[in-house]
Amino acid sequence: MIEEPFATGNSAVHNIDPRFRVIAAVVYSFAVALCYGFVPLITAFAVSAVSLLMCRVSLKKVLKQLALVNGFILLFWIVLPLTYPGGATYPLGPVTIHQAGIAFAAKITLKSNAILMALIAFIATMTLATLGHTLGRLKVPEKLVFLLMITYRYVFVIAQEYQKIIKSIKIRGFRPKTTLHTYKTFAYVVGMLLIRASERADRVYNAMRCRGFKGTYYSLTDFQADAGSWIFLIIVFGATTAVVALEIFLRF
Amino acid sequence: MNQKEPIIKMRGVCFGYSDTAPILKDLDFDFYKGDKIGIIAPNGSGKTTLFHLIMGLIKPSCGDIEIFQAPMKTEADFADIRHRIGLLFQDADDQLFCPTVLEDVAFGPLNMGKSRKDAIDISRRTLAFLGLTDFENRITFKLSGGEKKLVSLATILSMEPEVLLLDEPLMGLDIKTRSVITRALMEMNSSYIIISHNINFLESTTHSTLTMREGSLIADDQVHVHVHDHAHVHGDVPHHH
Repeated sequence: MIEEPFATGNSAVHNIDPRFRVIAAVVYSFAVALCYGFVPLITAFAVSAVSLLMCRVSLKKVLKQLALVNGFILLFWIVLPLTYPGGATYPLGPVTIHQAGIAFAAKITLKSNAILMALIAFIATMTLATLGHTLGRLKVPEKLVFLLMITYRYVFVIAQEYQKIIKSIKIRGFRPKTTLHTYKTFAYVVGMLLIRASERADRVYNAMRCRGFKGTYYSLTDFQADAGSWIFLIIVFGATTAVVALEIFLRF
Repeated sequence: MNQKEPIIKMRGVCFGYSDTAPILKDLDFDFYKGDKIGIIAPNGSGKTTLFHLIMGLIKPSCGDIEIFQAPMKTEADFADIRHRIGLLFQDADDQLFCPTVLEDVAFGPLNMGKSRKDAIDISRRTLAFLGLTDFENRITFKLSGGEKKLVSLATILSMEPEVLLLDEPLMGLDIKTRSVITRALMEMNSSYIIISHNINFLESTTHSTLTMREGSLIADDQVHVHVHDHAHVHGDVPHHH
C-alpha cells in the first residue's frame, strides 16, 4: 500500500509551492546524477541532508526508506571492489581488491543517497494527489498525469480485491505447499485479479463517460507562489550551481 | 419540450451476449418527464443492462432508442445527452476515482464546461444537500461504504441531470444512509428510475413499479397488491402484539 509518511507537516519546506519543489528536485537531481568527483558529491550529500532536516519529518522513517535503497547498494560494495580494476590492489586470499572499485562504490553510495534525500525532502513532502496536479500544471503530458492519479486511486481497490481472494481461499483451508495444486491456485489468484482489474477499469471508464468525460482532466487546485517559494528556488539553484562548479573545477 | 412526448423511448430493443440466450428481447419502454418508476426483478433479468443501454455504454443488437426526442445511434449521439441523465452505479468504487471528494463531485460540472468557481460552488451545494458539508477534502478511497455511496450520488446530482437512473442505490447501506437517500429522492422532485429489491423503499419513492419477464419490461401488478406502508416505530425493540 502507498503510505505517505512525509506528506503531512508544517515545515518551511511543506509550505513551498509544489511546482517550485518539483522543478528544484528535477534540476538538482540531474546535476548530482551527472557528478563524478568526491568533493561535489560530498557537498551534494551535505546539501540534501540539510534540506531533509529542514522538513522536520520523522528521522526514523527516513532512515527506514534509505536503508531500503542502501540494501541494493550493498551489492555494489560486494561486486565492484573485486571486479572494477584500477589503482592500488590488495590481495585477499584467492581474490584481489581494487582501490578504484572501492572509490566507485563509495561514489555510487554518496550519489544515490544525496538524490534520494533530496527527493524525500522536496517531493515526498507533498501528497501523490498534489504531485499529480503539480505535474499537470507543469505541462507534463496529460495521459501520464492521469495514469499516476488513477494508479494511486485504484491500487488500494486492487489490493482489497487481492485480500478478498486470499481470504476466500484461506477459509476453504488452502495452505501453500510445493504442489501443482498450490501453483495452480496462485495462477488462478493472479488471473482472477487481472480479470477483476480489467473489468473494474471498464466500469470506471464507463462511469467517467456517464459524467461527460471526453479525455480532458480539469484540476481544481490553484497554486500560489509566494516570496518564500522564490527564495527556496534561488537557494536550491545556488546549491546546484555550487555542486556543478565543484565538479568542473575540483574533480579528481 | 413537449410534455406528451417520452424523454426516453425504446422500441423493439434486444441485447444479448449470445444469440441463444438474449438478455433483453423486443423491449418497449416509454419514460416521461416527471415519472418515478421502480424496477423490481430477479437477478440477471437485465435491469442493469437496460440502464447501460440508455446511457449508450452498450449498443443494442436490434431496435431503436430515442432520448430527448433524438435518435441514438452513435457514440457521439450518446455523448451529447449523457450529462442530462445521471446513472448511479451499483459499486461506488467504480464511480469515485478522484483523490478528493470535492474533485470527484466537480468532475461532471467541469466536463460540462462550467468554470472552476461555478463547479466548486455547485459541488459544495450538492454535498451540503446530502449532509456531507465537511467532506470536501476527504480522500475518496478512505470513506466508509455508506459515505462512498452518498458521495457517488453527489457526483451525479452535481450535474443537475433531468433523469436519474439508480442501480440498487440502497444495497449494503445502513439505516441512516438509506434514510438520507430516501429523503433526498423525495425532496428533489426529479424524474427517475430505480432498480431495487426493497419494496418499501420503492413504495415511498416511486409512483409505479415495473418488473422484467423474458427480457421485457411489464407492469408489476403483483407487487402493488401486496405492498402497504405502516408505521412500526419500535420494530427493533422486542415486543408483543
